[in-house]
Amino acid sequence: MPEPDRGVIEAKAAIAADLQRILPNESVIVKSDALRAYETDGLTAYRQPPLIVALPETTAQVAAVLKYCDQRSIKVVPRGAGTSLSGGALPLADGVLLSLGKFNRILDIDFENRCVVAQPGVTNLRITEAVQHEGFYYAPDPSSQIACSIGGNVAENSGGVHCLKYGLTTNNLLGLELVTMAGEVLRIGGKHLDAEGYDFLGILTGSEGLLGVVTEVTLRILKKPETARAMLLGFRSNESAGNCVAAIIAQGIIPSGMEMMDRLAIRAADDFVQAGYPRDMEALVIVELDGPEAEVSHLIQRVEAIAKESDAASSQISNSEAERLGFWAGRKAAFPAMGAISPDYYCMDGTIPRHKLSLVLQRMAEMSAHYGLRVANVFHAGDGNLHPLILYDANVPDELEKAEAFGADILKLCVEVGGVLTGEHGVGVEKRDLMGTMFSETDLKQQQRLKCAFDPHSLLNPGKVFPQLHRCAELGRMHIQGGKMPFPNLPRF
Amino acid sequence: MSDRLKPENSAQLTEVVAQAIADKTPLEVVGRGSKRALGRPLNCSATLDLTGFSGITLYEPEELVLRADAATPMTEIETALAEKGQMLAFEPPDLGPLLGQPAGGASLGGVLSCNLSGPRRIAAGAARDHFLGFTAVSGRAEIFTIGSRVMKNVTGYDMMKLMAGAYGTLVAMTSVTVKVLPRPEKTYSLLLYGLDMARAGGAMRQALGSSYDVSGAAYIPAELVRASRVSYVCEQDRSVTALRLEGPGPSVTHRISALRNALADFGAGEELHSKNSLSLWRELRDVAFLAGDSARPLWRLSVPPDRGPDVAQALSRSLPESHVLLDWGGGLIWLALPNSGDAAAAKVRAALPAGGGHATLLRAQQPLRAAVPVFQPQAPALAALTARVKAGFDPAGVFNPGRMYEGV
Repeated sequence: MPEPDRGVIEAKAAIAADLQRILPNESVIVKSDALRAYETDGLTAYRQPPLIVALPETTAQVAAVLKYCDQRSIKVVPRGAGTSLSGGALPLADGVLLSLGKFNRILDIDFENRCVVAQPGVTNLRITEAVQHEGFYYAPDPSSQIACSIGGNVAENSGGVHCLKYGLTTNNLLGLELVTMAGEVLRIGGKHLDAEGYDFLGILTGSEGLLGVVTEVTLRILKKPETARAMLLGFRSNESAGNCVAAIIAQGIIPSGMEMMDRLAIRAADDFVQAGYPRDMEALVIVELDGPEAEVSHLIQRVEAIAKESDAASSQISNSEAERLGFWAGRKAAFPAMGAISPDYYCMDGTIPRHKLSLVLQRMAEMSAHYGLRVANVFHAGDGNLHPLILYDANVPDELEKAEAFGADILKLCVEVGGVLTGEHGVGVEKRDLMGTMFSETDLKQQQRLKCAFDPHSLLNPGKVFPQLHRCAELGRMHIQGGKMPFPNLPRF
Repeated sequence: MSDRLKPENSAQLTEVVAQAIADKTPLEVVGRGSKRALGRPLNCSATLDLTGFSGITLYEPEELVLRADAATPMTEIETALAEKGQMLAFEPPDLGPLLGQPAGGASLGGVLSCNLSGPRRIAAGAARDHFLGFTAVSGRAEIFTIGSRVMKNVTGYDMMKLMAGAYGTLVAMTSVTVKVLPRPEKTYSLLLYGLDMARAGGAMRQALGSSYDVSGAAYIPAELVRASRVSYVCEQDRSVTALRLEGPGPSVTHRISALRNALADFGAGEELHSKNSLSLWRELRDVAFLAGDSARPLWRLSVPPDRGPDVAQALSRSLPESHVLLDWGGGLIWLALPNSGDAAAAKVRAALPAGGGHATLLRAQQPLRAAVPVFQPQAPALAALTARVKAGFDPAGVFNPGRMYEGV
């Protein structure tokens, strides 16, 4: 992380007093025991209490806090529900932690325009709960949806098991109110489609709190499909499971969810929730199809035929909602199930071209032997998003370090086979130092210049995403040597 | 006659850009050139012709991914996709004829740069939602790559979104990667006849608020139906409200009858199941209903869908000889005006609901596009941010300067 600014830390009392002139006294947290509640997010291996926590409840207060910090060169880390799995909300010792926890109201439900306007601290699940009485729902469903905030979803561009068909946060977001580090309030988009001008809506989604603070969101809602059914397909090899997934898509079927689990994950999940999974299989594929009954039953027949051709060794189809949820129970419990078979686990998140799956699983098995740590795999198979779960024991000396090194090797492998470092959890602090395996120095500098346009003093969530901090003035310089040749070899017409 | 520079590879392109920076010579960035009449007129002494960057370089249908050099003709992309039963789900329109050019002249990079999406925008997202990665030369004469070839990626900023709709003002793209999707097995349309605009808006919203996966919802007023080549449309003397259902055979058969029942109050209607159905949506996609006279100014307004009919009606009443067409369930208004005056820019923009929409002068003669803001004017803070973002990519202002906004 950037070297803490001693001057700022020493001025803590004065900064707190200033913030208390902007916010009610109880909305500024300064005592060290209270600060500890904010010292980490969903990536608990990293901990750092913030200098101060500020809890504004209006856009004007957010703007005032940011403007104050910008003018004094005080760093700010925005935080939603603190469920980031990549350390995106990890505080700074010399930084104000700006919690959006008090922004917890749904402002407008508009069924005519099929959208909801909400404050960023509202949880993902509450959006669906607010509209389900009319048969609507909000599609992105990250597994932390009961706790994660919608503002955090925007910052991380969160997905979920249904994003294969329904998209990520970015595909379901219509509008934003944003406060820049300088304290300017911008409104982008709204209830109409395609905000005008440069697509700031798109660039802010997934920007990990580095570009601005979101104070309001407008989200697209969808009518719930008439029905959904799931299939549980067992395979004797990862390869045939992967082939089956490829064949389903090649035949023009986009299921609403398509998940894969490997042997260790199948067994651990089945032990944990007695899901009734075929325990002797190497790989399990869950395929969910939704829509009108006529469509679902037609597609299930087709998928069944494809599965047979792909050597599926077992096949079950849900015949009731209870059964469908039962098929999912094991998958949804895959992470806690790891907790039952190992003291600790480290969840990774890379994406690969799907046809590289067999190769990646094989290489991962070799790495597992090398590090002496087990790894289970759950996989959003439809879109190639892999979640290896590395099992370790933090009480054994060096095991955390080994797990982290193993994880880094897996992500490098993802990049090597044409994939990416993170599919949905974000870079944060966790993968920051691996950015160079995917991007050149030029690529990274161009991304950082975008940050400079929003936050020229690099005060908003610094130390996340980019391995090296560059001053904006330095990034702005041009090193062009005026060419003297008029390029005679270039065709002109 | 301006200089036409046609680099054949990235190294040459980098040199061209470096030279333009050194000479302070702005470049008009052109792919296939079919949309040169879209946006504010440029005053560039040199044209950067990117047709040297053409051809599909990767297409893996079972991975739903296609990569092509930026100026690859759309016709080539569409042919390759059709062979595998796939498509670009955002339904890119061919605006050539609308802009006084032949059909089939667009490039993939051009479509993405203008973020052009057709009627399926409401169900499948915009061009920007299918844009997975790109390689480009920046206005610092540096080659850089962002994004990837996989569907799910949050590594670094999602700059694809920024490039989509930047009209070539930030970088010169050399290669683009997009998500492709299976083409629907069947395309059925339900046509409702003779509704006024407000009732049509209600029918479209009810259809889109149903669970029948409506992937197109458009309104053709009575005076425009004759422009169609589909007999079920052009032979009517009344308005046509069109609703589209796509998917596997048994599914669309079920959904169209369910939708028909649900919308029974709006009249019996007619179903299109065959080529007619595809033709109609192609006409709507390309705004063929208003393509006739390319000298007529044409506005494109994006508004909250429930406000579309009101806004469209108010405009058509107050502007003589105007024609309107609704798409996106009422959220997209096409407004054609007679060729005179200032295209009623102030009036059109004043008709937008407060804080809820924007209007683009999609087509107009060059002097008018120079005189009237083509793109929706931005609030000062947003305009300043736009200028800073531009400077971050193109500090010397060599790419399409002024195409979107003065000084950008």
